[in-house]
Amino acid sequence: MIKSSAQVVIIGGGIMGAAIAYNLARKHCREVVLVEKNYLTSGATGRCGAGIRQQWGTEMNCLLSQKSVKIFENLPEELDYPAVLIAFKQKGYLFLIYTGTEMELFKRNVALQNRLGIPSRLVSPREAKDLVNHLNTEKLLGGAYCPSDGHANPFHVTQAYAKAAKRLGVNVFTNTGVTGILKDRGRVAGVATERGVIKCETVVNCAGGHAGIIAAMAGISLPVYPERRQVMVSEPVDRIQDPMVISLTHHLYIQQQPHGPFIMGMGDPNEPRSFNIKSGWRFVVETARAVCTVLPPLKDLRIVRQWAGLYDMSPDAQPVLGESPEVKGFYTAAGFSGHGFMIAPYTAKLMAQSVLGEKPEMDIAMLNYHRFASGELVLEPAVV
Amino acid sequence: MGKDTIVCRCEDLSLEEINSWIEKGYQTFDEIKRVSRVGMGPCQGKTCRAHILRLLAEASGTPLERMHPATFRPPVKPIRLGTIAGGDRDD
Repeated sequence: MIKSSAQVVIIGGGIMGAAIAYNLARKHCREVVLVEKNYLTSGATGRCGAGIRQQWGTEMNCLLSQKSVKIFENLPEELDYPAVLIAFKQKGYLFLIYTGTEMELFKRNVALQNRLGIPSRLVSPREAKDLVNHLNTEKLLGGAYCPSDGHANPFHVTQAYAKAAKRLGVNVFTNTGVTGILKDRGRVAGVATERGVIKCETVVNCAGGHAGIIAAMAGISLPVYPERRQVMVSEPVDRIQDPMVISLTHHLYIQQQPHGPFIMGMGDPNEPRSFNIKSGWRFVVETARAVCTVLPPLKDLRIVRQWAGLYDMSPDAQPVLGESPEVKGFYTAAGFSGHGFMIAPYTAKLMAQSVLGEKPEMDIAMLNYHRFASGELVLEPAVV
Repeated sequence: MGKDTIVCRCEDLSLEEINSWIEKGYQTFDEIKRVSRVGMGPCQGKTCRAHILRLLAEASGTPLERMHPATFRPPVKPIRLGTIAGGDRDD
């Protein structure tokens, strides 16, 4: 049976929901309930490219990812979960620079990152080739590289957070869709689910691409919308590539997983807003062409599967965090725009502090959604 | 068939390992796939899927035909990137 009341109800069983549940429970928040429509990691977390990078173009994204990397480094100990399953590896991220405009962008980004203590640097085409031997340096002006970027296993990181949360008393209900948000005099009064109503005064919306639907149930117009991103993976081969290779020119990212397969994805600038997560054929052809151009020896890799998931896009590609000014007790952690997994550990910590009425250790007031009304957006430029 | 029988040949997972995930409460092929990598290898579940669905059906007392088989995605067989991109030897 579902709980009839709770102090906090978290909606969404991805990395963000699980990590916020854990952080709330760790701070002795009583009666935390997490509800998930399907199963843990059934949404964007379980479909993501698994990359973790600190090379961002806005200070907020840089700080959230930098602090999250520090948490990832000690996550197996913190959550008492096997390091071999969390599989956090720092093999770096190499951005490829093909145009003067990109060079200017990465010079600015690297300067910002270095000011914040992120050890990124610009590299020459020759250095880029030393980092990735099978790289085609034709037309390449250079790269931006950060050795402490990397990747981890999104399935097990989420399981690790959920298990630790359960040990601290959090109740997790999967196969439990949310059907409504109850309100009383301008504040949250409960969450209606497929398995009954949970009375509560605080809700955290971690529904990813579906966050807009959940917000609408509370009468809130949240500027977060779903957008399909496609990914494909190869058969496992011997390890030849350490860093994630990423090119804004080609909208391409490609990395080799610890056990051998290459994972690659490509953003389509013309992708419409929708909940579609079907596989498209054009994506496969365009990605294959880009990979064969950028990393020619990979032409012999065999693709075994393509899939798709939803980015929860926000207008400036920075997350939307904080309590709604319109409905008291309604908190949002969404709009991650394709980089939720990598910034989840620290974001969840800040969200837990905020939900419990503490002053978050890093000021995230500027990430609340009313920023979009003022129109003064700091647009994150480095999104694929 | 014993506990050491390999159920997933791509990821080298034994019957015992699959059963341990089922005992831990994972109820669908998709859920077990996400924690164990079963079905993520070159065969994409062509060898193991039917067998695991039967194990899950037996464990939960659900008729096999009501078990969700997980999403089938392209390609049906592994294809080389160079072939997809064009310019391969069969052009």
